Amino acid sequence: MKAPAFEYLRPTSVTEAIALLGQHPEAKLIAGGQSLLASLNLRLSQPSHLIDIGRLPELRGIAVKNGVLRIGALTRHAETMAAPEIATHAPLLKAAIHHVAHAAIRTRGTIGGSLANADPAAELPACILALDATLIIAGPHGERREAAADFFTGLFGTTLAPDEILAAIEVPLAAANAVHGFQELTRRSGDYAIVGLAAQGLRGANGLSALRLAWFSIGSKATLTPHAAAALLGPAPSLERAAAALAEELEPHDDLQANVATRLTLARVLLRRVAGPLLTPSGIAA
Amino acid sequence: MIEISLTVNGEPVSASVLPRTHLVDFLREELGLTGAHLGCEHGVCGACTVRLDGEIVRGCLVLAVQADGGSVETIEGMSDTGEIADLQQAFIDRNALQCGFCTPGMLIAAQDLLRHGGVPSREDIREHLSGNYCRCTGYHAIVDAVETTAKQREAAQ
Repeated sequence: MKAPAFEYLRPTSVTEAIALLGQHPEAKLIAGGQSLLASLNLRLSQPSHLIDIGRLPELRGIAVKNGVLRIGALTRHAETMAAPEIATHAPLLKAAIHHVAHAAIRTRGTIGGSLANADPAAELPACILALDATLIIAGPHGERREAAADFFTGLFGTTLAPDEILAAIEVPLAAANAVHGFQELTRRSGDYAIVGLAAQGLRGANGLSALRLAWFSIGSKATLTPHAAAALLGPAPSLERAAAALAEELEPHDDLQANVATRLTLARVLLRRVAGPLLTPSGIAA
Repeated sequence: MIEISLTVNGEPVSASVLPRTHLVDFLREELGLTGAHLGCEHGVCGACTVRLDGEIVRGCLVLAVQADGGSVETIEGMSDTGEIADLQQAFIDRNALQCGFCTPGMLIAAQDLLRHGGVPSREDIREHLSGNYCRCTGYHAIVDAVETTAKQREAAQ
């Protein structure tokens, strides 16, 4: 189908874009547009205006500063894939990014767009939960910061106010003993996952610590499972206890791809595949 | 209507477009370049693949106004320059097309992989083309054609 009619605005600064959002309550921001245009063409969305922030230099760039990796909201997936700073300091993102859609979509789609869209099946929201990232959000009264764990509120829902713009994310630099894992189950490469898991933690002489397990495509939003993670910490980790905890912490949904029971079973499969190798230096599942 | 100026297949183009017009409708309806096809029109099938500023994109997921100031290359331009003549011949030789609807997008996506040089594995070829649907060939012949072209280009160096 064709998109419904809308007006098109292209501000030249973040301040101007925020002012336009204030003037046009039915407007939507467009950056890469890789989810938005599909939803417009399917007439799932009917904004009065599209405010194109895709060229704003303030929202670009990848930099390492003061012990954090700052990734501008307009960083495209293809850039995330290629950036040496991300490969070095946030290898989980590098591992995840080639699972995001297809090459011709990764050239346009942005990290900020994916996070603000908060699709429960998207990879990047779960990644920033696992990375314990902080979101930098610009609004009419300046910038505010929010932990990834507080940002996602539900199905396509975030704490972004209608006149706020996600400007960047900050990721703590991966420690020397950091370990990560990422896997998703899909019918075909590039499809939305049936279930997916992003994990990051630290591995020392006494086993794992600071492990974060972040799930996607299971329930209404990207979700951390701290109890399952806790069962894998220290000198006596137990995949069985972790797998059991998932039933309490995840709220699988039913859809055409898988029902609730299948999703939980597949989550346990992924837990073993992703967390198992993190438990032992040799990479063999415990 | 919004005024846009861009380059299409090396030629400057200026036009007035509705904001909701996506790039493929603009190419097909305004410029008569019908090589980019509209299959699903929501970013799944890849038949609308074109190059924008040197990178492959879904033409149905880019607005014409977003391409303002950019450089667009379509299958018509890439055919005229001879950039993919060998790949096109390999598609013919291997019967890598039947109805041909997916072929322009398939060629442009394959060239995006091949331009990085080397001979990609068949797995990498399949992965790179995974966003382009073909309902005729079963893909095997397409992978053959892309692999053949990669080997020919490698040997020619």
